[in-house]
Amino acid sequence: MSATASKNKAGAVSARKQWWQHYLETLRYVFHVLFHPFDGFWDLVHEKRGSMAAAHTFVALFLITRVVKLMFTNFQFITVPLQYINIFEQCASLLVPFLILCVANWGMTTLFDGKGRFKDIYMAMAYALTPYVLIQLPLVLLSNIITYEEASFYLVLMNISVIWALFLVFVGLMQVHDYSPGKTLIFLFVTVLGALVIIFLILVFFSLLSDALGYFVSMYKEISFRLF
Amino acid sequence: MMRRMLALLVVAVTLFTAGAAFAADDGFTTTYTYNYDYWTDIRESPDAYRVQTVLSASSLGLDKAMNKPQSLFVRDNDVYICDTGNNRIIQVRCENKTYQLVRVIDRITGCEPATFASPQDVFVDEEGNIYVCDTNNNRIVMMDRDLNFLKVFTKPLDATFDQSLSFLPNKLVVDVSGRVFCLATNVNKGLVKYEADTTFTGYIGANKVRYSFYDYIWKRFLSTKEQRAQQESFVPTEYANIYMDSEGFIYATNTVFSEYDLLSDVAQPIRRLNGIGNDILIKNDRYPPIGDLYWKSESQDHGPSKLVDITVLDNDIYIAIDRTRGRIFGYDSQGIMLWAFGTTGNFDGAFVSAAAIDHMGFDLLALDLLEGCVTVFTPTYYGQLIYSANEAYSRGDYDGAADLWREVLKLNANYNMAFIGVARSLLRQGEYAEAMSYFKMAHDRENYGKAFRLYRKEWVEENITWIMVVVIAVVVLALIRSAHNKMKAEVAAYERDRIKK
Repeated sequence: MSATASKNKAGAVSARKQWWQHYLETLRYVFHVLFHPFDGFWDLVHEKRGSMAAAHTFVALFLITRVVKLMFTNFQFITVPLQYINIFEQCASLLVPFLILCVANWGMTTLFDGKGRFKDIYMAMAYALTPYVLIQLPLVLLSNIITYEEASFYLVLMNISVIWALFLVFVGLMQVHDYSPGKTLIFLFVTVLGALVIIFLILVFFSLLSDALGYFVSMYKEISFRLF
Repeated sequence: MMRRMLALLVVAVTLFTAGAAFAADDGFTTTYTYNYDYWTDIRESPDAYRVQTVLSASSLGLDKAMNKPQSLFVRDNDVYICDTGNNRIIQVRCENKTYQLVRVIDRITGCEPATFASPQDVFVDEEGNIYVCDTNNNRIVMMDRDLNFLKVFTKPLDATFDQSLSFLPNKLVVDVSGRVFCLATNVNKGLVKYEADTTFTGYIGANKVRYSFYDYIWKRFLSTKEQRAQQESFVPTEYANIYMDSEGFIYATNTVFSEYDLLSDVAQPIRRLNGIGNDILIKNDRYPPIGDLYWKSESQDHGPSKLVDITVLDNDIYIAIDRTRGRIFGYDSQGIMLWAFGTTGNFDGAFVSAAAIDHMGFDLLALDLLEGCVTVFTPTYYGQLIYSANEAYSRGDYDGAADLWREVLKLNANYNMAFIGVARSLLRQGEYAEAMSYFKMAHDRENYGKAFRLYRKEWVEENITWIMVVVIAVVVLALIRSAHNKMKAEVAAYERDRIKK
């Protein structure tokens, strides 16, 4: 009895250790994806070289980078009205469009024989965000030791981070869905349209909901005034 | 699960309704004196001016109240008020800060008609000759200081002037050589210009015609002939008022524009016209000089500032008066707002319908059309500090200016210009870190960059020993490590060889 218990315990410990090792491996895998995107994204999904945990980590890092950037970049390079900034709002303004775009892409590509599941799309997009993190975090430090006249260094690196990330998004979606480049481009456009439709539906839903709630509230008021 | 969904829903609903709580700041309510900070938020400020006295018909001892006075002019110590409704000019003299009536001008000796009909504006040159826009007599009349007739400027008998229209001069300025520039009703070609010998020599500074793309398409292609005949034609708008500064440039204000063109600097309500009529006003602030930056949408009492008159101090600071909200705006020669003050109302320092402004030294005289009185404002300690700091700076006395700006900061910690003034002086004195902190307060990136570059250089020079020590240490460590690895490899190879043997 006690032997099996200790065995189970040992098994649990080693399972945890294994999970941790796998997690670290999938994190480290991002460097392969960054420099060999075509192979990298294919294996990420189809060879199970990535993990959801790592993807969540990258999304979290992306949000943290954004906040760190807003708070600690020297004022010579960005205009941040800190007195008006709400960290949660900032995070939501990145996270919500990111998720909506993932959902829109999933919705559109499932209809047109994309191979990727929602998890795959989310993972690929999350891995594709890493150039932003890897370049922008050091840039925050750099911004505090260069002057306004040297801003071009800062701007060039910033542009590289964005262009690289966009390129990775493109390649990632292409490999995840097993699409041709042309089809991927079309579906990027369609995804944006889909995202707009989703946002529109959300707005309509909430405006109708608030109208409906308002109706019941006013009915309750009316009744309470007239009957009691 | 259900409960969690419900909670999420509640959160979402509150988030959406919270959006409505971000009520827009309309800039309609301000303190009496205010300014804009870097974020163009309204910041209350100490008073830059206070009311010294109010000149009205009763305080001056006039027989009847002023009736819709349209304009006033200051030459040295004399104030000339154009009492349009009573067809007269009132001359008031300031001696030791008290204003006394000198005379009422309502007759000219030696010309016909000898009286005025709704005079709209008055100008007095350095010799004391008086020019009057005698609007309803269709003339500009010039007389000497004893009111003897000298010259008359009449309707231009020129093909460029529509002869079917009557000549209604509205505002005028005269340059040092006696040339008259006049703003006339119904003339949209710019300012009517006369030589000193009363000959008409053309127009300068016409407003550009502006119309939108849709207007053009509608008018050009879509409307019928009958519709087109009913529409207004695209014509340049007329200026509201003009003022000639000490260098002979004409400042003009404009009150007819689309309110959406203001912040983009298309409307240009304040202009400084050069000899060929181009706008050469310097605008170095983040927003153009347009008066208030925020307003409720256009209507009778709301809408953007209507800058009906402008005056330019001898140090190139220009001051415009707004009819919409009875406010006075001061800008320095770089187009940066120094202060804004005023409100509408019936108390001293407020306006019902502001019409004109002029200055006597640093004192401001503002005329109210409906109240029929002139409010005399005099700078407070704070206002004087700003002026003296500006003057010290333009004199080249940067350290003196910085001391004055420090005083300003004690009174108003939201004054951007003061931070820059102090920082510039600190930068010259080599106090880079201090200068940086002041530039940062003013959000002046370029100058902060300059200060920071010098600071960085100084820092590197001071710490060069330590930097070198660290660099050498890193290099030596790397060398040692590679040598160590090499030795290890050699030993391993040696061992391998030995085993093989």
